[in-house]
Amino acid sequence: MAMIDEPLYPIAILIDELKNEDIQLRLNSIRRLSTIARALGEERTRKELIPFLSENNDDDDEVLLAMAEELGVFVPYIGGVEYAHVLLPPLETLCIVEETCVRDKAVESLCRIGTQMKESDIVEWFIPLVKRLAGGEWFTARVSSCGLFHIAYPSATELFKAELRSMYGQLCQDDMPMVRRSAASNLGKFAATVEANNLKTDIMSIFEDLTRDDQDSVRLLAVEGCAALGKLLEPQDCVAHILPVIVNFSQDKSWRVRYMVANQLYELCEAVGPEPTCSDLVPAYVRLLRDNEAEVRIAAAGKVTKFCRILNPHLAIQHILPCVKELSSDSSQHVRSALASVIMGMAPVLGKDATIEELLPIFLSLLKDEFPDVRLNIISKLDQVNQQVIGIDLLSQSLLPAIVELAEDRHWRVRLAIIEYIPLLASQFGVGFFNDRLGALCMQWLEDKVFSIREAAANNLKRLAEEFGPEWAMQNIVPQLLEKISNPHYLHRMTILQSISLLAPVLGSESTCQKLLPVIITASKDRVPNIKFNVAKVLQSLIPIFDHSVVEQTVRPCLVELSEDPDVDVRYFASQAIQTCDSVMMSS
Amino acid sequence: MKGNGAEDSSPKPPPLEWKFSQVFGERAEGEEVQEVDIISAIEFDKSGDHLATGDRGGRVVLFERTDIRDHGSRKDLEKEDYPITRHPEFRYKTEFQSHEPEFDYLKSLEIEEKINKIKWCQTANGAVFLLSTNDKTIKYWKVHEKKVKKISEMNMDASEAVRHDSIASSSMTSPQKNLPNGGCSEGPYNRSSNDLSLPPGGFPSLRLPVVVTSQETSLIARCRRIYAHAHDYHINSISNNSDGETFISADDLRINLWNLEISNQSFNIVDVKPANMEDLTEVITSAEFHPTHCNMLAYSSSKGSIRLLDLRQSALCDKHFKMFEEREAPGSRSFFTEIIASISDIRFAKDGRHILSRDYMTLKLWDINMESGPVATFQVHEHLRPMLCDLYENDSIFDKFDCCLSGDGLRVATGSYSNIFRVFGCTPGSNEATTLEASKNPTRRQVQTTPKPARSLSSLARVVKRGAESPGIDANGNSCDFTTKLLHLAWHPTENSIACAAMNSLYMYYS
Repeated sequence: MAMIDEPLYPIAILIDELKNEDIQLRLNSIRRLSTIARALGEERTRKELIPFLSENNDDDDEVLLAMAEELGVFVPYIGGVEYAHVLLPPLETLCIVEETCVRDKAVESLCRIGTQMKESDIVEWFIPLVKRLAGGEWFTARVSSCGLFHIAYPSATELFKAELRSMYGQLCQDDMPMVRRSAASNLGKFAATVEANNLKTDIMSIFEDLTRDDQDSVRLLAVEGCAALGKLLEPQDCVAHILPVIVNFSQDKSWRVRYMVANQLYELCEAVGPEPTCSDLVPAYVRLLRDNEAEVRIAAAGKVTKFCRILNPHLAIQHILPCVKELSSDSSQHVRSALASVIMGMAPVLGKDATIEELLPIFLSLLKDEFPDVRLNIISKLDQVNQQVIGIDLLSQSLLPAIVELAEDRHWRVRLAIIEYIPLLASQFGVGFFNDRLGALCMQWLEDKVFSIREAAANNLKRLAEEFGPEWAMQNIVPQLLEKISNPHYLHRMTILQSISLLAPVLGSESTCQKLLPVIITASKDRVPNIKFNVAKVLQSLIPIFDHSVVEQTVRPCLVELSEDPDVDVRYFASQAIQTCDSVMMSS
Repeated sequence: MKGNGAEDSSPKPPPLEWKFSQVFGERAEGEEVQEVDIISAIEFDKSGDHLATGDRGGRVVLFERTDIRDHGSRKDLEKEDYPITRHPEFRYKTEFQSHEPEFDYLKSLEIEEKINKIKWCQTANGAVFLLSTNDKTIKYWKVHEKKVKKISEMNMDASEAVRHDSIASSSMTSPQKNLPNGGCSEGPYNRSSNDLSLPPGGFPSLRLPVVVTSQETSLIARCRRIYAHAHDYHINSISNNSDGETFISADDLRINLWNLEISNQSFNIVDVKPANMEDLTEVITSAEFHPTHCNMLAYSSSKGSIRLLDLRQSALCDKHFKMFEEREAPGSRSFFTEIIASISDIRFAKDGRHILSRDYMTLKLWDINMESGPVATFQVHEHLRPMLCDLYENDSIFDKFDCCLSGDGLRVATGSYSNIFRVFGCTPGSNEATTLEASKNPTRRQVQTTPKPARSLSSLARVVKRGAESPGIDANGNSCDFTTKLLHLAWHPTENSIACAAMNSLYMYYS
């Protein structure tokens, strides 16, 4: 038994707890590994702590994950970069465990350490590690190795480089689909480090093998690699090697692969450049927009605007617009919904004439869609079309019925969604239109059956007041709001109290004292205790905006009265509020 | 099978002679079987080195092969052809409680703990992984050996640690944030690193716990993931995809697709629930992925059909791309026709070309290139046909028998009543049909039967029907005991060895 000085007890216990039965304590110690390392000193950290951790590879995953993370930033505690290689063995064992998140973290930490290591150390320590993992008995090691090649490769000698390339090629043909997936998803990173001449030969042939894999999951990842690889190649090589693959993928038998192409197409277009995009990728994209699998159309429809931006308006109108028209009446609501969420962005691309002639009818039909999400998506993007292209008046005829219908939808989530857009709509429509048409709706929501709606409605009033200013609010919101405080249902009265507390800061001290405070004070005499303690809470929150005289003359007496209420909760919140009063008074 | 039935003269494998190998949980004479001990699932892993059984009590028992356990590299072992002189022998490895009885308070339903299916997943780092499911919940298990480690030396001895308990526990209850420079933002350690100036060599008196690793190992089963709340009906099958990352689970009306790593979301890929439940005519009874093609999935129905799906075609696989169904012979229809047509289990052959299905009376082998009918039909217990009425009365007609294929695809096997199971040769022209009893003397009941092709080689020359037992078996007093049914059995993936469950006992046979 070692003798430990009293001041060292905490650290001694921290170290002992590395092996505690309780996982929380072990986790805690691992998270504090740097403290332990500093207490042990650099040399003993290298010679004792790191080997000790390497042995500790059968712990729970949570502990291993934490260890993998800590080791990634451990270089300062072992004596700096020249000793970085001592961190590799424990991370190597972590690269082999079967829990994916631990392996990923270990690989990440290894990469972080590898980027700091000296070239000679990479050759001496890092490259052998990568080779060991790549030739590992279990697939877990081989999966991890794929993420390390891009660190090892740049420092390797010509001979090793050739070996690493061929090893990577083998990993891409591994028996285990997991390894091939890892190789496919890391190919872009690795390729970025490979010299141009080898890129065209070795890497492209690896890539072509992956694109022909019989596991869909591998091909999916190969699609993702397309864009990354394409950007590394010269444009003409890209057109020669990547383009045919993309076109092929866009007609793959598996809808998941096509889905991936639809999602990636924009990046792929960037990779191949504008000209081949027009000649080859537009037809491919049009096919995806007309795919017979809804999931693919959803992905493609969601990219319509982005895609149109890289085309010239003429091509967009000629090829893409007809598809958009079809999609607007697609049988799948999700396709229409995806389209509705981006289609407004097409207006600036197409220009005013085409928008009014072609897009407007589509907007209008989507606004009448039977599926609320579709209508909501159009409404949420209204600002894009309004400011830049056509102006709201053209749309308002159709918008208003759509909004009213959504406002009264029987699903509360739909109502909630439209409330969130009301401030946006208000800013687009302007005060006049809003007062005429939407004001009543905003008041109506305050009395909704669902709490979340009432809550959102209260918040909405605040945002409107911010948008149109306090004066407008005093004229158009406050009178109607205060009328409702006499609602027979206490929950609705509570909503009004909430609205008041939200509005008060926007309206300012004077209006609040004159108009809102009397109503609050009256509410403190309510027969329902919930109202009374909410009065106390509201008053507490408003104390900072009142004058001192008002606090002393009006607020405090009211609170004192509440603090003698028979109800315990009312007394509690009242006393809390009085405390706030006191502290505000004290501080001034 | 490989000969595709083209030449009848191809050398037929001789019928196998089955011998008893092992029994686990043998029942003593007159011993009462506990309901919870009854085996409800059997599955070999891909290598055949492990065997798992599940029971009605929610337990999973693992067995491991003992006869080839040298610790050479796996790859060498895979390449090597083992000498056939030794048959697989297994020993008990471990067991764990996979599922517990539960109660669904929303639906007021009891959820039994009974294990419906077990599937093995990819082995990694010497640990084995498996999926087990009851009616509602699938669980992913890792079973691994852990070296027993003892801590022999620490900084503080136990009594000291207690004295300083307040310090120790504070580290547990208030995990402080680590600052990037490694110091801590608050708490006792803060003091220790600030008040004590850390000497560059560290404190020599501090030491790391010394851990002594003993040679002893203990097996630990840990539940890694739980895939729950995705099934309204009872799960009847689970099946791993060849991509190693996804699996499906099938209940009466739906099939869901999962990623092994993600337990909180699954995708519905088949939904046969009609808008109006009164229109329901058919339910899913079993489903399995193709052994190599990641996109192909087969499921069987209560009407006796097998549908092959292509996951590439669409996200929701409402449309099958092949449907295997045998047209019923005209005039043979009876009240029981539909009940006994229901398929209780389907299995792909290892080559992925054939599917074996079991309905109440027969085993059928299908070629996935021929939808019009099975390439072979084997009568399992034709002598029961006159007794269908009794079987219906006592509900036995709804028993769900498993079926299995040998690794080489040359033979098939399935169970029956009175603890017997039957093995059939399925190479064209083979007339192998063996009846075995799950006991230490498997051939006791075997009756020499003269196989005669029931459907005289008509249009489908390759369709053979044989193995119809002479009804005599009833006459000699061995009439069926419907309480001792052999529902579950599995064929070793590489060798001629069968594991089968008779109530609570696991019998192993080899040839």
